[in-house]
Amino acid sequence: MSILKHHKKIEKHATLLLVLSFLVVSIGGIVQIVPLFYLENTIEEVEGVRPFSPLELAGREVYIREGCYTCHSQMIRPMRDEVERYGHYSLAAESMYDHPFLWGSKRTGPDLARIGGRYSDDWHVQHMIDPQSVVPESIMPPYGFLMDRVIDGEHIADLLRTYRIVGVPYTDEMIENARADFRAQANPDADHSGLLERYPGAQTRNFDGQPELTEMDAIIAYMQVLGTLVDFSTFVPDPQR
Amino acid sequence: MVEKDEENKVRPPERQYPDPTARLRAEPPKTGHSWDGIEEYDNPMPRWWLWTFYITIAWAVIYMILYPAWPMVTRATQGILGYDTRSAVAADIQRFDQANQVWFDRLNETELVEIRDDAELQRFAVNAGGAAFRAHCSQCHGAGAAGVQASGFPSLLDDQWLWGGTIEEIHETIRYGIRNEDYPDARWSEMPAYGRDGLLDDDEIDQVVHYVLQLSGQEHDADLAAPGEEIYLDNCAACHGDGGEGDPFVGAPALNNQIWLYGGSYEAIRHSVYYSRFGVMPGFADRLRDAEIRAVAAYVHQLGGGQ
Repeated sequence: MSILKHHKKIEKHATLLLVLSFLVVSIGGIVQIVPLFYLENTIEEVEGVRPFSPLELAGREVYIREGCYTCHSQMIRPMRDEVERYGHYSLAAESMYDHPFLWGSKRTGPDLARIGGRYSDDWHVQHMIDPQSVVPESIMPPYGFLMDRVIDGEHIADLLRTYRIVGVPYTDEMIENARADFRAQANPDADHSGLLERYPGAQTRNFDGQPELTEMDAIIAYMQVLGTLVDFSTFVPDPQR
Repeated sequence: MVEKDEENKVRPPERQYPDPTARLRAEPPKTGHSWDGIEEYDNPMPRWWLWTFYITIAWAVIYMILYPAWPMVTRATQGILGYDTRSAVAADIQRFDQANQVWFDRLNETELVEIRDDAELQRFAVNAGGAAFRAHCSQCHGAGAAGVQASGFPSLLDDQWLWGGTIEEIHETIRYGIRNEDYPDARWSEMPAYGRDGLLDDDEIDQVVHYVLQLSGQEHDADLAAPGEEIYLDNCAACHGDGGEGDPFVGAPALNNQIWLYGGSYEAIRHSVYYSRFGVMPGFADRLRDAEIRAVAAYVHQLGGGQ
């Protein structure tokens, strides 16, 4: 019991107790967190995943601002019933450019991880304006006001720069062209070659059917890209991940 | 003497009974710590608590051996059970697929039109197709398949079909969808935007709208409808038919009835002529299994409007 005798020293010395407790908690944290950065199975690289285009990113900001994540998850778990309803289970790589991730923790509404391409733009507009008109049992509040909020992408380059600071690989070229890309994506008559080169697979059209570029365009552009970047006809899951 | 006798009388020795409450009344040992006169009893942990604690420690060790646990240099230890969620879900899906395989095979081998002749198969197809319909189709077409009137989401219950109502045509529509670029075989047609693109002037549009109101048996202005007929025959009849009967080959809706996809009021029809409409539907060839698509086709076909 000689060791326990020394324990008294810690008990009677507040600073020493604080330092040693901190040390013990740190070891626990390090053991849990550090392997995530080097273990190969937590950083699986998947073809097709790219950073969000400026318009999609703006839509993501609207998604966060309106708190959509409180009722909608973006995480299809590897379970049969979820895969049958929502599609292929989510991969870690699919949210690698999400800062913060929007996996959510509650499904009052359905999961949105693979909503892209599932409904038409018209459906989204109608559903945002009056959710119950298309899904009578829905309890979602209306978001028709997004149609009236015109946005011009004034600060979109700053937004991209901010995301670059937290690790999204936006290039100088992307930031330089951010505002032009932002506008081009919602304009079916614009030249999209640069946008498509920077953001392969970006969908370009007038999303909300109005001449103005509004937050509705942005959030529908964001909805329509969710879960569509990975081609699952060629993706072979490594069973050990 | 008598007294002495009493005194010397031999008595049986008094028996010492253990006191059953002694243990509870006795002061338990103390730890010896004293803070400002407050002392601390050294009571043992409750047994049930202690043993639960030991069992959880043992379970942690067992779990680390059985399941993935310790992070090593490139990956975590895999555990002797070889469990991982990806294989687990794949196996789970395969198990159900195998159970249904006999039905999927029958669905795939049976001609679409003959599914309903096989009562057993039809029952499976309607149930499986109904389940898939509720997951993938109901958001637009409604849980009861009645669509959303006047919003461009067609009802599947009536016998008006944009692209044909035989089970083969329904099957084709579900497989490839309508006006999407994902499938070259998608149904495709596009009505000109007569007003926006300047093909007709406002007066002509007004006249043709009144003619369409007349065709559909609604209130209209006969003076406007009369010249509208010629405009209709020149511009619209090629797809919508001389009498407004429509043409499922190009997805042109009938105009000679009161069933409207985008509404049958003057304003709604005028909007359709002026701006055109461009309803879309995704294809499901890559989202659902072939047999499931056949089942959905069988389900939709038996809803009431199947031809």
